Amino acid sequence: MSIALSAATEARWQKILDAYPEGRKRSAVIPMLIFAQDETGIITRELMEEIARRAEVDYLQVEEVVGFYSMLRKQPLGKYHVQVCTNISCMLAGGMELWHHACESLHLKNKQTSADGLISIEEVECMGACSWAPAVEVNYDFHHHVTPERFDEIILELKGKG
Amino acid sequence: MATTTAPPTVINAKLNGQDIQTKPGTLLINLTKELGIEVPAFCYYEGFSLQAACRMCLVQVNSSPKLLPGCTTIVTEGMVIETESPLVVEARKSMLEFLLTNHPLDCPVCDKGGECELQDMVFKYGAGESRFVDIKHHEPERPFSPVVYYDPARCILCYRCVRVCDEGYGVNALGVVNRGVLSEIAPNRGDQLNCDECGACIDICPVGALTSNTYRYKTRPWEMKHVGTTCAHCSNGCKTTLGVRNDEIMRANNRDSSGLNEEFLCIKGRFGFDFNHHPDRLQSPMLRIDGDLQPVSWSKALAAVAAKFNEVKAAGGKFGIVASNRTSNEENYYLQKFARTGLGTNNIDHARTGDVVTLVDALSGKQGKLATMADLYQTKAALVIGSDLAQQHPLLAYELRRNWRHHQARIYAMTPGPVREDKYAAATARVAFGEEIAALEGWREQLAKEPELLILFGDSIKGASLRQLVDFGESLGIPVKYVALVDYANSRGAIDMGLVPELHPGFVPSGQPGLTLPEMLDDSQLDVLWVVGANPLANRSQANPKAFVVVQDLFLTATAARADVVFPAASAYEKKGTVTNVTGEVQRLTAAVKTMGTKTDLEIFGLLGKEMGLELGIWSPDAVFNEIRQNVRGYNVTMPILATGGAAPTTPVNGKVNVETRSDLVHSAGDTLFTSGSMTKYSQVLNTVAERPGQLYKPV
Repeated sequence: MSIALSAATEARWQKILDAYPEGRKRSAVIPMLIFAQDETGIITRELMEEIARRAEVDYLQVEEVVGFYSMLRKQPLGKYHVQVCTNISCMLAGGMELWHHACESLHLKNKQTSADGLISIEEVECMGACSWAPAVEVNYDFHHHVTPERFDEIILELKGKG
Repeated sequence: MATTTAPPTVINAKLNGQDIQTKPGTLLINLTKELGIEVPAFCYYEGFSLQAACRMCLVQVNSSPKLLPGCTTIVTEGMVIETESPLVVEARKSMLEFLLTNHPLDCPVCDKGGECELQDMVFKYGAGESRFVDIKHHEPERPFSPVVYYDPARCILCYRCVRVCDEGYGVNALGVVNRGVLSEIAPNRGDQLNCDECGACIDICPVGALTSNTYRYKTRPWEMKHVGTTCAHCSNGCKTTLGVRNDEIMRANNRDSSGLNEEFLCIKGRFGFDFNHHPDRLQSPMLRIDGDLQPVSWSKALAAVAAKFNEVKAAGGKFGIVASNRTSNEENYYLQKFARTGLGTNNIDHARTGDVVTLVDALSGKQGKLATMADLYQTKAALVIGSDLAQQHPLLAYELRRNWRHHQARIYAMTPGPVREDKYAAATARVAFGEEIAALEGWREQLAKEPELLILFGDSIKGASLRQLVDFGESLGIPVKYVALVDYANSRGAIDMGLVPELHPGFVPSGQPGLTLPEMLDDSQLDVLWVVGANPLANRSQANPKAFVVVQDLFLTATAARADVVFPAASAYEKKGTVTNVTGEVQRLTAAVKTMGTKTDLEIFGLLGKEMGLELGIWSPDAVFNEIRQNVRGYNVTMPILATGGAAPTTPVNGKVNVETRSDLVHSAGDTLFTSGSMTKYSQVLNTVAERPGQLYKPV
């Protein structure tokens, strides 16, 4: 194959492919895309072609899925993708102010990545953490009751980790 | 009250205050259509999967607190439906306003203007004003292929094109990418299409989002005359409607889907009409003077041929007549009459593409054995032998696929290479030409379990193997019907009209010897070779180079270039008459245009006969067709069907055809979707699409 994925991702792909019967492999397209994106951070044409081949669908059908779901990305994001919720619960608890603080403190706009490629930010809709609003998600990690001060600390930690 | 578990056979409901009854499982939108009540819809298209994307068909139903889409709602017992209540009217208005938020109001320049479903609906149901004040999202128009263009702004995302391509044709070349206002139709090969280039997506588009490159921005629908006729290319006999303006064909499409092909057309039927106005069309008779073909008047050319024919006839010389796979039944009938009674020769043949004669003979004494187009859609099982159906007989492939989609028909494909039917076939086998009969035994048990079977076979099954195939079919113990696949628009009519030495029209044995096509060319004593709409000298020469050659054709083919006299013939789109398709159904040709200087082959025969002093009868298409109906067995077809543009099935002879037919001469030209015999090179469209010239049995 033209793309090289880690053995772990390959194993995850195989597991999900095996979960669906013959002729129903199309259902594996979204999980396969997510697993690959977790590793590579970006969905390339080669990746979509490979998934189309394995899931026995046309390339265009994969392309349709990637175009539809905003969490599947054809553009690279930062190593740490910081997602700030501004949906109702978070907004009432200061999410909007938090979002503005994020933009200003990092000098980034929505879906932009820092020059060193370390941090990118995105304004997102509800991620189900309403009880702990305002919430921020960095890659798959949640941060609850985030204040602007706490936000700066999180960013410092991320920069420290490099 | 009796208790019963039987499902109800009738559903009672109330529609706009009236009590109605309908069958269980009826879609609300179909119910209203049956009753003549309009419920507007964009995404709903009969025969394809339900989408419920456009929300135009919202109606009020008592069982639901909100409006329901008529296209996905099944009428149930006691349902009270309102299609014209104030709420519904308001909803329609709002949906149209919503659809128009990002739809350009460029109707005055849009190709679809005048026959646009959105335009019609806004006119009838819409609001004149829009409350949308933001800037519309605009993306420029772009080519998907040399024939299909896409204008994203006009698209209302009804998914009709996506469904017709995927479900209808099995090509799946279109998809919808992105989301929300950014959604758009995307082709399958980057920014280009890799498909059949059939243009079905253009016809089915309710708005002007998908347009035809050969037609766009050229004319308006109301400026054209719409002439329904039969496609000039392959043997499937699709009805195509030519849009004609100022004696020029502007487009061909499926304007009213009223033919036996319904919504189907391929690239040849929809775009392949352009051969008709190719600059190389012959427009004057030509006579060989001092070694060169020179334009002369009709009277001079006719006189020269008549004199020569009379001279050879008087001297007892030898004629050889090569007839066409594309000329009308009337022309074929008149030509064989000309040969047999006018010239007294039985040397008449054409390039045979399917062994219909042996099939009819092998089926003698049995009723209803020859399948019609409708049978392809209705049969429970079909067996395809030795043909890449989607390439060679696209309508037949479409009908089988439609049958599979709607009725779960079981398809068996026995071909030398991969075919499109493989994807949904009940069984497939890769079998080389000539080995099919032996391989069929392996399927005997499975086939015998089918309730009925329809067998379609290509040119590898002929003569003895065809008799074996019929023996096999008849030994299965189930009802079996057959289709002998033939190549061109009137290949079937050529056989039916006796354009072979061994048969008179209607499969009546001629009882006289006569030369076959290769025998004519190999005969060093031949005095006259008369070629009508054929190109026998494309790849070979004749044994007697001194034979007087007369050619009637649209173009200066290799054969015409060697002729002594060339008559410019009218095309199928320029004449009246009938043709018979692969499933033996007679359909009308209607003259749509005229090319200056040409005459129909029938008129040329008539004038030539007159010039020779022969009494061959009136040469008007109607008169000759009357003669055919009276004299040719099986052609006494129902006139109202024909007159209304329908396909009238013929019922060929039901008895032994006592002749030795030359099955060995049967040979298909193997045309693909993108070739059409010698006409291929005169169609610009067929030569510009990326998929040309295509290939049979190509892996998908």
